[in-house]
Amino acid sequence: MTAPTAPPAAGSTAGGLDARLRVERAAFTLDLALTAAPGEVVALLGPNGAGKSTALRALAGLLPLGAGHLRLDGRVLEDPARRLHTPAEERPVGVVFQDYLLFPHLSALDNVAFGPRCRGRSRREARAEAAGWLERMGLAEHAGARPGLLSGGQAQRVALARALAVRPRLLLLDEPLAALDARTRLDVRAQLRRHLAEFEAVAVLVTHDPLDAMVLADRLVVIEDGREVQSGVPAEIARRPRTDYIARLVGLNLYRGTADGHRVTLPRGAVLTTDEELSGPAFVAFPPSAVTLHRARPEGSARNVWELTVAGLDLHGDQVRADLAGDVPMAADLTPAAAAELGLAPGAAVWAAVKAAQTHAYPA
Amino acid sequence: MIRRTGQPGGGPPRSAGHPPRSADDPPRRRGRRRAHRLPVTLLLPALLGLAFLVLPLVGLLVRAPWSTLSDQLTSPQVWEALRLSLVCATAATAVSMVLGVPLAWLLARTELPGRRLIRALVTLPLVLPPVVGGVALLLVLGRRGIVGSWLDSAFGLTLPFTTTGVVIAEAFVAMPFLVISVEGALRAADPRYEEAAATLGASRLTTFRRVTLPLIAPGIGAGAVLAWARALGEFGATITFAGNFPGRTQTMPLAVYLAMESDPEAAIALSLVLLVVSIAVLAGLRERWMSAP
Repeated sequence: MTAPTAPPAAGSTAGGLDARLRVERAAFTLDLALTAAPGEVVALLGPNGAGKSTALRALAGLLPLGAGHLRLDGRVLEDPARRLHTPAEERPVGVVFQDYLLFPHLSALDNVAFGPRCRGRSRREARAEAAGWLERMGLAEHAGARPGLLSGGQAQRVALARALAVRPRLLLLDEPLAALDARTRLDVRAQLRRHLAEFEAVAVLVTHDPLDAMVLADRLVVIEDGREVQSGVPAEIARRPRTDYIARLVGLNLYRGTADGHRVTLPRGAVLTTDEELSGPAFVAFPPSAVTLHRARPEGSARNVWELTVAGLDLHGDQVRADLAGDVPMAADLTPAAAAELGLAPGAAVWAAVKAAQTHAYPA
Repeated sequence: MIRRTGQPGGGPPRSAGHPPRSADDPPRRRGRRRAHRLPVTLLLPALLGLAFLVLPLVGLLVRAPWSTLSDQLTSPQVWEALRLSLVCATAATAVSMVLGVPLAWLLARTELPGRRLIRALVTLPLVLPPVVGGVALLLVLGRRGIVGSWLDSAFGLTLPFTTTGVVIAEAFVAMPFLVISVEGALRAADPRYEEAAATLGASRLTTFRRVTLPLIAPGIGAGAVLAWARALGEFGATITFAGNFPGRTQTMPLAVYLAMESDPEAAIALSLVLLVVSIAVLAGLRERWMSAP
């Protein structure tokens, strides 16, 4: 279905990644356009089964493309229309796998030396190079250790060193922090951020954790069901989510409706009043903390007031998150004391108010 | 990422099937009594089975000619047969490894068409009566066999009734054990390690050599020991294909069988040697696959 590859658009020849990945699996079809400049870190963010790992495997050459193309620094690595598929071992690509996949029978040093060795270095050169990488990762004293003896954070850094040691032009990271416990994660995330900032070629990381994505990446590409649903810089995505999945990730209530001035009408008839003036299809978002709950209809300036039903309650840190159902379903945060005072329980009716100033409307 | 509390399935353990007990009938007593009274209908055949397996070995030890054992075992024929057995079993194991490991890899790691049929064919010698194997080998590799006649005319190579023939017969029956064992190890080994190696620039052969082989080394070891033990005890295929020439093709099992007719004491002595070797193999394997609970 794809026409022969069109000549690259201006600017995409200079370098970096230019890909259109189309892979058909039994469950879904991945169809994703992905470009990145050298030095850029792109995060693929999406729920489980969205196709993130499929995209990563296709980029690595572990999974052939059904259609599309893959160019890296101007070199065509894959083009199914021309029956061109560069196998994984011939791609200038480094991969950090989710559970690292360090070879259990080799020391940390030999794991890192594996790549240079395969790319033609002598054993001594490869080891010297690997020692340099481990040194840079602060792991010099663990060079002789087998992976089984390394902590999660250390193993992650060895995996990163191993991927970087082949001097890739495309670095792929599959859920690089998912296997770590919460405390190590903070630490490793900061280190990984530093290493990615130093990395001069394209880095693509796959994650389902919005925080990892926002901290590590210059640009996010959110995918659901094998397709891009939104992309942009992290701050933009956090402020203006365009799907329920992203809204949940960044912790916002999100509605889609039709705007007419300051009023946005939702499909079921409810009306939200916003500060922004818009017309046509629009999104309205506000955080659960912007919602105030009342036993009776509140008086005052808030014009967004609805009577809703408590569908569920959940403790989130030191806050209670109330799941409210009704014309404008939403999540609301309140203190446990307030929840007790209001007598919140599943099935209870409650009035919810949101100030227009705390909502944010933007075109859909 | 967000854990919800109060998920279904996390409730208290179910108590269905346990009627409430009175205070006079503490559960512990019931449990203990149950543990002590094993059902006879199971216990009796189990003990009979155990005796059936162990008694013959005990008999071997009881009837062993201990007084003349040292003379029996120092006879040159015994040593000749033992040496030949060990050499041939080891050679057969080596052949099985060189051919069997790649075969197992082919079965486990490639999308070969007709893989199921190939696996069935590979497993066939496991269930085939060894004598039939020997006959089949003769028909193919015998001096008038399909391949054998060509080997004879082209290279002057004769396989049947030679020591090489013993190795071939033993490898024929022993290799399936190795292939099955190694294939199992390959299937258990995470193929993503091989993908990781590929992303590091390793060709398939390098990956096999530097990643796959070390990962499945325990499986290869266990398979090799199994194959070796099977080769050591091989009788039917060997006597059919290689005959029974002392010093050339007469391995221990053949020697035992012949000795039974002329000199039973010698047969017992030879059997004892094989028993000791078998126990040594078991002891060596203990760590690998006898430690299963």
